[in-house]
Amino acid sequence: MRTPVQSLRRIGRRGRTGRRVTRSLGGDTGVLLLLVLVGAFMGLPFVYAIMQSLKPMEELFIFPPRFFVRSPTIENFYLLTQYAGNTWVPFSRYLFNSLFVTVTATAGQVLLCSMGAYVLAKGRIRGRKTVFAIVVTTLLFAYDVTAIPNYVIMSGLRLVNTYGALVVPAIAVPLGLFLMKQFIESSVPDALLESARVDGAPPLRIWWSVVMPMVKPAWLTLIIFSFQSIWGREGLEYIYNEALKVLPTMFRQISAGGISRAGIAAASAVVLMVPPIITFILSQSRVVETMAHSGIK
Amino acid sequence: MSRDRIRKPSRSIRADRQEWGMLLPFLLLFGVFTILPVLSSLVLSFTDFNMLEPPSFVGLRNYIRLFIEDDIFLIAVRNTLIFAFLTGPVSYFACLIFAWLINELPPRPRSLMTLVFYAPSIAGNVYFIWLWIFSGDAYGLVNSFLMRLGLLDEPILWLADPRYNLRIIILVQLWLSLGVSFLAFIAGLQSIDASIYESGAVDGVRNRFQELIYLTLPSMGPQLMFGAVMQIAISFSVSGVSSALAGFPSTDYSAHTVVLHMQDYGTLRFEMGYASAIAAVLFLTMLLTNSGIKRILSRFS
Repeated sequence: MRTPVQSLRRIGRRGRTGRRVTRSLGGDTGVLLLLVLVGAFMGLPFVYAIMQSLKPMEELFIFPPRFFVRSPTIENFYLLTQYAGNTWVPFSRYLFNSLFVTVTATAGQVLLCSMGAYVLAKGRIRGRKTVFAIVVTTLLFAYDVTAIPNYVIMSGLRLVNTYGALVVPAIAVPLGLFLMKQFIESSVPDALLESARVDGAPPLRIWWSVVMPMVKPAWLTLIIFSFQSIWGREGLEYIYNEALKVLPTMFRQISAGGISRAGIAAASAVVLMVPPIITFILSQSRVVETMAHSGIK
Repeated sequence: MSRDRIRKPSRSIRADRQEWGMLLPFLLLFGVFTILPVLSSLVLSFTDFNMLEPPSFVGLRNYIRLFIEDDIFLIAVRNTLIFAFLTGPVSYFACLIFAWLINELPPRPRSLMTLVFYAPSIAGNVYFIWLWIFSGDAYGLVNSFLMRLGLLDEPILWLADPRYNLRIIILVQLWLSLGVSFLAFIAGLQSIDASIYESGAVDGVRNRFQELIYLTLPSMGPQLMFGAVMQIAISFSVSGVSSALAGFPSTDYSAHTVVLHMQDYGTLRFEMGYASAIAAVLFLTMLLTNSGIKRILSRFS
């Protein structure tokens, strides 16, 4: 077995001369130590949540509290499925709302953003550069910043207190169009599109059957980003009806219950964090491939 | 070959129309939910508007009230500037430095460390976990740890005490901030041609820092720009973490931010004209910061 430091140094080796001249043993060890320490800080809350979620009642209330679990149990997860929120909305309803909102908004985002991005990257219409410049500028305005001005618009469109308030504004996301356009522009050859045009294929057909299969990493990445941002979003500004609220809101209600609900709160935190993390693990290399085209010139 | 050269003089009008048709669904929703909020808040900021009666023009009154009479807004501005000009740059450089260090690991550890550093920013609202870690009673992880070491006699109300809460929110915000820019930097580093390092070593680059400054960063200009935009977007919009950890409003508004102030007037008091003025100030500040940073970054590359 190689030690981590040895394998780190091995990666640094280049050619016949052996060790890269720009790397020193002391430096490599220091880097590894720093990464492990900061990594531990990044991971601590996750480990703590998992520990808490597996603790039986008597371990949660032990004093002084312990970090690690002694006799793990899944009781808290069972209690979570039996939980009913304010006005007796059951766990399954919050879960359904979260899934419904996330899936529909993500599907809409991938379709509309990639369709528009194809036109901006490879289309021939005038004004596409201007449109793209505006989209790049609005990358600045994150969801939270426009939420209140959006309230006036949503109430004008009668979207307040409907699923639409969570879904419709989450579809035309500047980041989605931006990443898709950059990827299509640099990875779809013009000659291919030109031959499809010569064959008489309309733009919609070219987009769907030529471009989309070629840019799979990009739309997979879009699915991940969209899923992650919508999954964690509450939209409390727009939703008053308890039956339309999503998992993060339920999680917050449980957390507010304090020490008496520590176990079930931790279980709901685990339920909340697992889906986005798993989707990222499954698609990490695709995501990194897409982000390589994310530069703004 | 450029597309313009092969474009025939008689462009098919039908194809143009179809292209506009494909762009239109995005443009429509983008216009209504991204452009319109920005424009309407600029207009509404000069009015008095409570969502029930039609808006009435009041000139600059909202802005005068905002900057001269509203002391709580000034606290919010101070805190937001701390996030924008302290946490923002720190997290930007953290993204860059950790992406750079992680990129040198062998593939498997590299994937693992990317996940560990990126996970906080994607895992939904789980920053609530910090609420239990910094809980004010003796069951809180930090309190119980410090009390066991004998450093504390009685638990500290970390999140309610104005002396500590802003610092803890800064810490959590940094924990959360290795997001899309971090991934963009990792991707950018992986796509750099390795041969520049070999010729750099021949030209006398001696250590990893010289390599970073003379070889790596100049090849990453576009990613650095994208990362800057994303970090500005994050650091000016701090709100959820503050209200989740320190409460809304926090003790003496000690952890108040501009976005929270806007939420206060927008969704609780329904003073939409005033909330719009806050939004307008925020939009303009972000645009100005962005163009300033663009200028600085383009000087480097």
